Amino acid sequence: MKKLSVNRRTVLKGTTAAAAGLAMPTFFHSKAYAANFTNAPTGGSVTLGFNVPQTGAYADEGGDELRAYKLAVKHLNGEGDGGMLNTIKPLSLKGNGILGKKVAYVTGDTQTKSDAARASAKRMIEKDGALMITGGSSSGVAIATQGLCQEAGVIFMAGLTHSNDTTGKDKKRNGFRHFFNAYMSGAALAPVLKKNYGADRNAYHLTADYTWGWTQEESIKNSTEAIGWNTVNAVRTPLGAGDFSQYITPVLNSGADVLILNHYGKDMINSLTQAVQFGLRDKVVNGKDFTIVVPLYSRLMAQGAGKNVKGIFGSTNWHWSLQDAGSKAFVKSFGQEYGFPPSQAAHTCYVQTIMYADACERAGTFNPCGVVEALEGHKFDGAGNGATEYRADDHQCFKDVLVVKGNENPTSQFDILEVVEVTPRSQVEYDPKIFGGNLGACNAGKA
Amino acid sequence: MMHNLINKRDLPLFLGFIVVVLLAPIIMNPLGAGYPDLLQKFAIFGIFAIGFNILFGLTGYLSFGHAAFLGVGSYTAVWTFKLLTMNVVPAIFLSTLMGGLFALLIGVVSLRRSGIYFSILTLAFAQMAYNLAYSVLTPITNGETGLQLRLHDPRYLDNFLTSSVETSLPSTTFFGLSMSGFSGFYFCAVILIICFYVSLRIFRSPFGVMLRAVKSNQERMSYTGLNTRPYTLAAFVISGMFAGLAGGLMAVTDPLAGAERMQWTVGGEVVLMTILGGAGTLIGPVLGAVTIKYFENIFSSLNDNILMGFFSFMPEPLQHAATAVAGLFVGEGWHLTLGALFVIIVVFLPGGLMEGLSRIGKLFRRGGGGDGKKDAAAKFATPAE
Repeated sequence: MKKLSVNRRTVLKGTTAAAAGLAMPTFFHSKAYAANFTNAPTGGSVTLGFNVPQTGAYADEGGDELRAYKLAVKHLNGEGDGGMLNTIKPLSLKGNGILGKKVAYVTGDTQTKSDAARASAKRMIEKDGALMITGGSSSGVAIATQGLCQEAGVIFMAGLTHSNDTTGKDKKRNGFRHFFNAYMSGAALAPVLKKNYGADRNAYHLTADYTWGWTQEESIKNSTEAIGWNTVNAVRTPLGAGDFSQYITPVLNSGADVLILNHYGKDMINSLTQAVQFGLRDKVVNGKDFTIVVPLYSRLMAQGAGKNVKGIFGSTNWHWSLQDAGSKAFVKSFGQEYGFPPSQAAHTCYVQTIMYADACERAGTFNPCGVVEALEGHKFDGAGNGATEYRADDHQCFKDVLVVKGNENPTSQFDILEVVEVTPRSQVEYDPKIFGGNLGACNAGKA
Repeated sequence: MMHNLINKRDLPLFLGFIVVVLLAPIIMNPLGAGYPDLLQKFAIFGIFAIGFNILFGLTGYLSFGHAAFLGVGSYTAVWTFKLLTMNVVPAIFLSTLMGGLFALLIGVVSLRRSGIYFSILTLAFAQMAYNLAYSVLTPITNGETGLQLRLHDPRYLDNFLTSSVETSLPSTTFFGLSMSGFSGFYFCAVILIICFYVSLRIFRSPFGVMLRAVKSNQERMSYTGLNTRPYTLAAFVISGMFAGLAGGLMAVTDPLAGAERMQWTVGGEVVLMTILGGAGTLIGPVLGAVTIKYFENIFSSLNDNILMGFFSFMPEPLQHAATAVAGLFVGEGWHLTLGALFVIIVVFLPGGLMEGLSRIGKLFRRGGGGDGKKDAAAKFATPAE
């Protein structure tokens, strides 16, 4: 990890920024919103809380998220090459921090546990004075932290969380998500699966037995059945099972010709590797080649599964090989800083941080209610996913979704996934009412 | 009258404990731990460890399953908030009761064996409870996401008494006193003091002596015609009630219950707390709980930026080197520091932090402490070994 060093130059810059912030006329940043809200910044800096898993099953992803956050802070403070600050349109940020205040940050370890994540987030809010909490590499943790932020009166910018619930039945007014969800995965994947495998297929689901697994199973089931597929069976597997052989053996005799793995992280690495080792992909069932589908792909996971991912379809929020200006700028500055390309987790966290900062700048206040208003319905472009909108009804971002395939001829250890199709936003959009839930009122907390 | 309630010898200890607990926000501030959430955790895990110590410290039965009771307490409390009232009194009462009830069920089975077999049995029960909560019982526990309050929960008692329509999520109260922030800490602190007092009374009672006898030689007790099972079961249930109470308080200060509260690592954590602080001592478990929670929350939050600031008095190359080395032990490496500390304590201070403190105390009192070590060892041989 590269160190962020504090030298005379950065201190001078910070002081200048602070002076500028103080010199700014007060009417500029208080507009309609009161100045008494949780952790209203008084000094020359503003603190953001980066709450990621640093230990446990998702530590790899948490590490990459943290790298992205540090990069975002650098760019916000006008250091480095600016990354996506140069490509996102519209953008009000000036590279002098947020509203003239230098951006500082605190970090914490969620351990991929709701309790630890909430304890860590509380520390950031109560002790470190964080105005915004962001992070998470699992939906349970994200939902728990989002609830906490709503109660405490700070903004929550979700990191990697794919469950429909985060912006569905557990949505909160103070929480926003840039990452896509299970419904979108299904809607984007189904047409590609139909094109490649036909409309007459029998699917067998293996599903991680917890909230995220269920919502994904449901979404994929709905969208594959809509294209004419038949669901043979859906079996729940315990989280972190390690050995999936007892679940894979029955697949062979079930009459299914597609195996759908609703697994993530180490579960996905293990189940996919074992399914391939059992020779599933060499079988011919019902006169068709047996295939495997992994609805939610992550490059970090695909790296773990090695050559087993070749030719397997899945969906992803973003991939570093995209050639638009925003993605190129981000990959370039991330690569220069750390020496390898960023993951989709890093991308979504980076974008969330920039968009939060931009919302404060546009609202002219750090008051959460002002930020919420600025983010709701906000449309932007140039962040790697084309035209994107934070939908006001459920605080979910709507944008294009990538359908990817395990690369048959990888040219490097990072070149594992190949983008097959960019599914347009209109195809993955849905009615916010279908998942229930209620945003409630925004909470600015107390002074 | 006072000597009926408390032994004269224990009075300074008890008063000292009260003062330290109530002044904790001021004492912990220089250490960066003077914020409500962590202070609440100190008190809650203090209660958890005090209860565990009644079983492990006195009878020597090592249970790895106490996380299950903690979780049961939390779920009970959140369900009380959802169904009855946001007042914390019924929640605390019921979570203690449910913790005790579950301890009774598991204890009756597990206590048929002792030693390592007992430990494995409790571990198995805790793992079962965790898996049930994580997936099978999702309608009750809300699985991985955890049980949370909702705006449209029935709250029969509250709605019976008042008919106001809430627009935002209500928060837990003690007759109007908010249970978050410092008032939440003081609520937990008062309960911690009560629990400490209960534990003190048990330690000094004939029942406590009986429990110590179980630890020193259970077979000999059986040969004298005494059935030890009721004593161990009572100790198990009492410690289960403490755990249920701690779980309930966790939900009181933060109304959410997750399955990972039942994971065996939490059960292992309380074992570490007790041993680190000093098993079989009165204050040790609280000290251990504070130490471990401090490491978990403060050490894990130190990052390279903060370290660079800390070492800023050094010349730049040296500053980078020091940061790189120290960086291994903080942030994501906090487990490493805790592990190292644990090894050092167990090897050099088998009586835990309490033994260390008493050795230092002796050193000062004797002005050199030639035979202080022997005295300390002798003193701790009675309750701890």
